[in-house]
Amino acid sequence: MKRSTRRRLTRGALYALFILAVAVVVALADWGAIRSNFFDVDVAIEAFPEILTVAAKNTVLYTAIAFVGGLLLGLILALMKLSPVLPYRWAATAYIELFRGLPALLVIFGFAFAVPIAFGWRPPGGSAGAGLIALIIVSSAYIAETIRAGIEAVPPGQVEAARSLGMHPSWTMISVVLPQAFRIITPPLTNELVILIKDTSLLFIAGMALGDRELTTFARDMVSSSANATPLVLAALLYLIITLPLTQLVAKLERHNKRGR
Amino acid sequence: MSEVTEPALRKGVPAIEVRNLHKSFGDNEVLKGIDFHVDQGEVVCVIGPSGSGKSTLLRCVNRLEEPTSGTIMVEGVDITDDETDLDKVRTRIGMVFQQFNLFPHLNVTRNLTLAQIRAKKRSKSEAGEVAARNLAKVGLKDKATAFPAQLSGGQQQRVAIARALSMDPDMMLFDEPTSALDPELVGDVLDVMKQLAKDGMTMMVVTHEMGFAREVGDRVVFMDGGVVVEQGKPEDVLGNPQHERTREFLSKVL
Ligand SMILES: Nc1ncnc2c1ncn2[C@@H]1O[C@H](COP(=O)(O)OP(=O)(O)OP(=O)(O)O)[C@@H](O)[C@H]1O
Ligand SMILES: [Mg+2]
Repeated sequence: MKRSTRRRLTRGALYALFILAVAVVVALADWGAIRSNFFDVDVAIEAFPEILTVAAKNTVLYTAIAFVGGLLLGLILALMKLSPVLPYRWAATAYIELFRGLPALLVIFGFAFAVPIAFGWRPPGGSAGAGLIALIIVSSAYIAETIRAGIEAVPPGQVEAARSLGMHPSWTMISVVLPQAFRIITPPLTNELVILIKDTSLLFIAGMALGDRELTTFARDMVSSSANATPLVLAALLYLIITLPLTQLVAKLERHNKRGR
Repeated sequence: MSEVTEPALRKGVPAIEVRNLHKSFGDNEVLKGIDFHVDQGEVVCVIGPSGSGKSTLLRCVNRLEEPTSGTIMVEGVDITDDETDLDKVRTRIGMVFQQFNLFPHLNVTRNLTLAQIRAKKRSKSEAGEVAARNLAKVGLKDKATAFPAQLSGGQQQRVAIARALSMDPDMMLFDEPTSALDPELVGDVLDVMKQLAKDGMTMMVVTHEMGFAREVGDRVVFMDGGVVVEQGKPEDVLGNPQHERTREFLSKVL
């Protein structure tokens, strides 16, 4: 048998296997139950417009706030971790290890319930505010490590060139090192953004006020009131609608950045 | 303080004067008591085998490398003194690296204006004029908006020279500026350096280009094992070396 014939046969067998697997799933599924439980049109209609105007909007808003906050705090932590001053390095390391080691769910829970009890201080913005502070803190711990790695990946000759021109260390960091570091870490940062979008679904544990609910909380509430899982399917679709264009956009940015590297 | 940071060019003071310079990396003593100077307007070429400490000496002159002991005077100012404003001194010392070290995220013009604006506090338009003038000087007027990655090695190195010149330095340090270049691109860079020397720039050049040292150098310094073994006029050091180590080195490179 010729090599090309054999390859074609192998490829054909793989396709056949795939189609068989799909067919088995389709045959075994109870389509009536699926339609009535997950694709109930009346329940779906009831979800609108709030699932867009409240839930999806809040998911995007919380993600944006948590990401921007996480970037700023993460940048400060990364610079502390690279600082020649030992206590700064210790503090940053302790913070990063602590909040990367804890489940985000517990941190949100802590800020919503434990912090008010322990310190008599309620974070602004009610449960949503407390949950967001927790998300910023958790994401900053991850982002800090990413930014540190990016800074360290900038060749030392870049700093030497800037310093030899008489540029102050802070200007060197701002104008030479950070722009290059952020280009390097665009892929992992996107990854963290996508993870963050999904982590906003953990905010339900804080007990959100009606107008503050994001997609998952909103869908869960509707599932229990309507005894139907269709809202979860809608929420899943909306998450995909939010994340997919984002990853596309960043892929495009990345191609654009290649020019300047 | 103002006297320290503004040492107006004093006649008779060497541009660079290094006395009894020692530099160790851990247990490894790389510079073992160097005495070295470059006069104003002089072109000094430093040669020597790999690992002899040439780059380390050059990098100590603008304190990219921290000396272990000894004094380094730049235009009469002790730059190892804590009171000295190092950033200010560095604006007067241009430096060109073997690997160019252009800023890859900025176009050519922004490479040339960044430090003018940040360190010399020039306005954007003034910096732009200076940049254009120096780009013309290195023959790359038409590359103002190109990014470094779009240029050949020789062009990148000439941009790097223009970037250093844009700070209006009193002297230039070169660390093997042509070693990373394809042979056919070396000439353009050397031509720019020759023109600089002709214009009276004070230059310290670490190089393996013996032809350049002979033609352009006012003085050649031969280093080996962290000490200056021999120095003098190019024709003497290169043509009639007094030390065995110099002869041995030259027999390998010539
Ligand atoms: N940052 C550093 N840390 C440790 N050792 C170093 C460092 N920089 C240089 N050295 C050592 O110092 C010695 C002299 O290095 P240097 O770069 O000054 O030599 P060189 O004369 O410039 O050599 P070359 O011609 O190869 O560039 C070498 O043994 C090198 O390994
Ligand atoms: Mg060297």
